[in-house]
Formats: sequence, structure tokens, C-alpha cells
Amino acid sequence: MTTARRRPYGVKGAPYAFLLPATILFALFFALPIGYAVYLSFRKVHVSGLGLGSGARKEVWAGLENYTDAVTDNELLDGALRVLGYGCIVVPVMLGLALLFALMLDSDKVRFAPFTRLAIFLPYAIPGVVAALMWGFLYLPDVSPFYYLLQKLHMPQPNLLDGGPLYLAMANIAVWGGTGFNMIVIYTSLQSIPAEVYEAAKLDGATPLQIALKIKIPMVAPSLVLTFFFSIIATLQVFNEPMTLKPLTNSLPLTWSPLMNVYADAFRKGDIYQAASEAVIIALATLVLSFGFLRAANRRQKQEATR
Amino acid sequence: MSSLAVHKAPSAAGTTGATQSRPPLRSRIALVPTITLVLGAIYTLLPVAWVIIASTKSGRELFSTFTFLPGTGLADNIKQLNAYRDGVYWKWMGNSALYAGLGALLSTVVSSFSGYALATYRFRGRETMFNVLLAGVLMPPIILAIPQYLLLAKADLTDSYLSVMLPQILSPYGVYLARIYAAAAVPGDVVEAGRMDGASEWRIFTRVALPMMVPGLVTVFLFQFVAIWNNFLLPYIMLSDDEKFPITLGLYTLLEQGSNQPALYTLVITGAFLAVLPLIALFLVIQRFWSLDLLSGAVKS
Repeated sequence: MTTARRRPYGVKGAPYAFLLPATILFALFFALPIGYAVYLSFRKVHVSGLGLGSGARKEVWAGLENYTDAVTDNELLDGALRVLGYGCIVVPVMLGLALLFALMLDSDKVRFAPFTRLAIFLPYAIPGVVAALMWGFLYLPDVSPFYYLLQKLHMPQPNLLDGGPLYLAMANIAVWGGTGFNMIVIYTSLQSIPAEVYEAAKLDGATPLQIALKIKIPMVAPSLVLTFFFSIIATLQVFNEPMTLKPLTNSLPLTWSPLMNVYADAFRKGDIYQAASEAVIIALATLVLSFGFLRAANRRQKQEATR
Repeated sequence: MSSLAVHKAPSAAGTTGATQSRPPLRSRIALVPTITLVLGAIYTLLPVAWVIIASTKSGRELFSTFTFLPGTGLADNIKQLNAYRDGVYWKWMGNSALYAGLGALLSTVVSSFSGYALATYRFRGRETMFNVLLAGVLMPPIILAIPQYLLLAKADLTDSYLSVMLPQILSPYGVYLARIYAAAAVPGDVVEAGRMDGASEWRIFTRVALPMMVPGLVTVFLFQFVAIWNNFLLPYIMLSDDEKFPITLGLYTLLEQGSNQPALYTLVITGAFLAVLPLIALFLVIQRFWSLDLLSGAVKS
């Protein structure tokens, strides 16, 4: 029993030792900043007199003041609504295309499958800033080939960087960037369906479309749920693309998305306390949404399992 | 003639589905899927193709010629880009390579430790630690970045390489992938056998488990490399000295300046083209052995 006596000691401590670097990094760069943000969200600067001289500006407790300000702040609310509208375009179109491409890749006798798969996945490797920059130029009437063609064909030339079309222009960048990744996730789970599952249906004379709708899509439902979930989170946190398009148009306010609003409050207005409360609200909204969604998805899966 | 071979196969098996005879082309290639995928590929390659062509144009050509015709200014554009602020562009590329390369390497090391521990040991607090780490994925980057900036400012570390590097070493998603991969690739009895032989836990990890985890760790590395290379928010908040900028931030500032002087457009476009080039090259090389399946958490055991 010597091994048994020696083992518990080394084994017991080992997992904690292996997790030590991650724990330290988590404490320093996740827990501490989050705690600090929460702390700041309850603070404010109190200015006495003209705010001149030392001691005139003091940090004091603010209670819920920052939060009530944030909730009643129209900029933040408008940003949330804009992002919601944008997300209503991005998520269905992106996941619809990803599912379509995955099903097509998974069907028999497809030509150029490796090439097209790689090409559609390629935008994943391209930074959002560069993607927005490339599309941004394609939206500019002066340099875009699309406008050139529209002009030659004497068709109306919509301004893609203003009003309603701006949402489409922005959504297109996200769809372009995200479809490939989601396609790979769905395609991977399609590949893991055993071939026998289709054989019977094929023998019964089911068409590829019927097989896709009745067998494949239900079987990849869990990965659809997963991609849906991550797409929503990514959409709510959009920042890079509108920031990059901003220099190309005047119709993008600095507070277009909630994250841009937080940035503007923190670094342009210099009100880190207000910004912290907004960041906390966004984080809470994300968490509530995430857990609510995952619970609903779990419940449905359980219901279907018991059915 | 491979097409002939492909043609023969379905007709030989065609007896099972002999309800109708199909036109030969349709039995050779599935037209709808092929066309759909080719259209998808055209859509994704379009902006890349445009940026490649546009980078060959001189400033005047950019605004005057049809944009899908190559111009004559590529060499000039690159020369201009090289000259811009004493070649700061290449500094940005180098910085990006440093942030992403070293950052992803450290991140993979930390992920491998954590993933291995979470997958192979049973200990108190395991699931709690894992769930708390995963919650990190859900945190909007800005709720982390702003207080990280303020805290690093207290330590006098902002506007430094470390300020961009340190916060990105721990990747919750990397830990998650490493855990899934370790659980599937490292059999429990192999670890146990190592213990029986009297090997230390560290030795078992480095000699036995780590080699088994390599394919999964390659994925973690590449995932994190792309994530850091593409990151914009964190360096945007942390840095003010453009000598330390990564390429994303550099191009952004170039575009911001270019907005009121279209002469800089060619510089931005050429910069975007050259920035995309290494990524495409990297992508083509790595996709051979990058197990994309793992990216979605699927592991073949």
C-alpha cells in the first residue's frame, strides 16, 4: 500500500498546482477588473466650488445614481435598439446561410467542395477592422465597382452609408465575417451523423431536400442552438465594425452601439463611473440572456427526449 | 478521366433508385449544391479580390478607372507605405506577430495545464472553477478592458507591450477546448499506469499526456493567434504610442486620418492588402492539419 499512501499527497495537490497560472491570471485580469468596475459604478466625482485646487475634486459614493442615469440615458437605449435591429438581420441571415452551405457541403457529388469550404471560412481569419475597411470602400460611391455598374445601367444608387441601408451595410460585414465559422460548426455536426441514418430514407426514395429537412436539420439542432447563442452574444457586443466605418460616413454616431457608448463615456467624456455602470448593465443583460436562453434550450431538449 | 469514373459509380448503384433516369450531368455533379457553394465562395472572395486589385492602383486611377481592372501603381503604393512615418507600417505588422505569436504560445501553455487538470483529476471545486472560467467567455470585452486599463494605469503599465499581452493570455475558450481534448485524448489508465511506475505528476503530464494533447493544442494556439491578431478594442484602449500598435489599430488610425484626405486611401487599401496576405498564407498552410472539428468542441475518440 505504499503507492496508496504516497499517491493522495501528490495527486491531491497536483490539479491545484496545474490550475495556479490560470487562477492567478483570472484573479488579476478577470475578477479584479470586474470587481473594480462594479465598485466604480457606485462612485462619482464630487466637485466642490469651482473644482480648482487640490481636494476640490473628490471621489464619493454615488449609490444607484449612475445606474438610474444609465437606464434613463436615451443614447444607451437607442444604441441597444439599433443593435437589436441590426441583430435581427445578422443572426437569421448568417445562420441561414451557414446552415445552407453546411447542408450543401454535406450532400453527395459536390464539386469544388474543399475549395469553397475554405473560401467561405476564410473571413474568419480576417480582422473585423480590415473586413469593415474593405467593405467600407466597396460602399463608397467614388471607388466601388457596384456604383460604377449601377451608374452604367442607369439604376438608382442608394447611399449605403446612411439611414436604413446603413443597417444592411453593417449587417453584411458581420454576415460575411461570421458565416464561415458557423458553417464549419454545423458541418462538423452533420459529418458526425452516421450514414445508416440516411440509408433507410434513401431506400424509401426520399429526396435530398426531404432528407435535409426531416433528418439532417433536426439532428444538428444542438449545434444550431449553440451557434445561435454565440451569434447573439457577438452581435450585442459589436464594436470594431461600426468604429471602422465611422470615418467613412457622417451618419454613424459615436454611440451607435452600446459598447461604443461605454467607450465614449469613459474616454471622450472622461466619466469612468458612468461608463462602469453601463458596462455592468450590459454584462448583466448578457448573462441573464445567456442563462435564460441556455435553460430554455435545455428544457426543450429534455422535453423532446421524454416525448 | 476522373469524370468518367465519377459518372459510372452512380449509374452502377443506380439500380436502387431506378425510379427515374436522370440526365447525365445531374448524376455527375450535384448542380444546386455546387452552384450555391460557388456563389458563397464568390461572395466571400469578392472584397478580398477587390482589395488586391485596388492596391495596384495609383491614387488617380482609384477614382477614375473601373475598379475591377488592375492599375499600375502597386510598386509606388508599397514604396509610399514603406515611407509613411519611417516605415511604421512594418512595425505594426511586427507588433501584431509578437502579440499574437507570443500571446498565443503562452495562452496555449496555460490552457494545456488547466485543461489537463480539469479533465484528468477529480478534486473539490473542479466544476465551480470550470464554470467560473467559462463565464469569462460571456463577459463583454469592454467591461474587462476599461477597468483593466484603469488598474494597469495604477501600476504604470499602460501604453506598453505588456498591457496588450497580459490580459490575453488566459483564454476561457482555450481552457474549454483543452479540457475537452484532454478528456478525449488522454486515457485515465495511462495516467494511472504512470503513477504505478512512480512517475511524478509533472512527469506524467510532460512525458505522457502532453504529446497526446498536441493536435488539440495546435487548435488552441491557432484559435488564440487569430483572436489576438484580430483584436482591436484592447490595444485601442491600452495604447497611445503608435510604435506599439498592432496592425488592426494602425490601419484604423490610417483610415481615420484618410477620411479627410482621400490621398491616404491608396495607402489604407495597400496596407489592408498586405495585412491580409500573411493571414491567407497562414490559413492555406495550416488548414491541412488544423482539426477544425475541434473548434466546435467535437472530438472523435
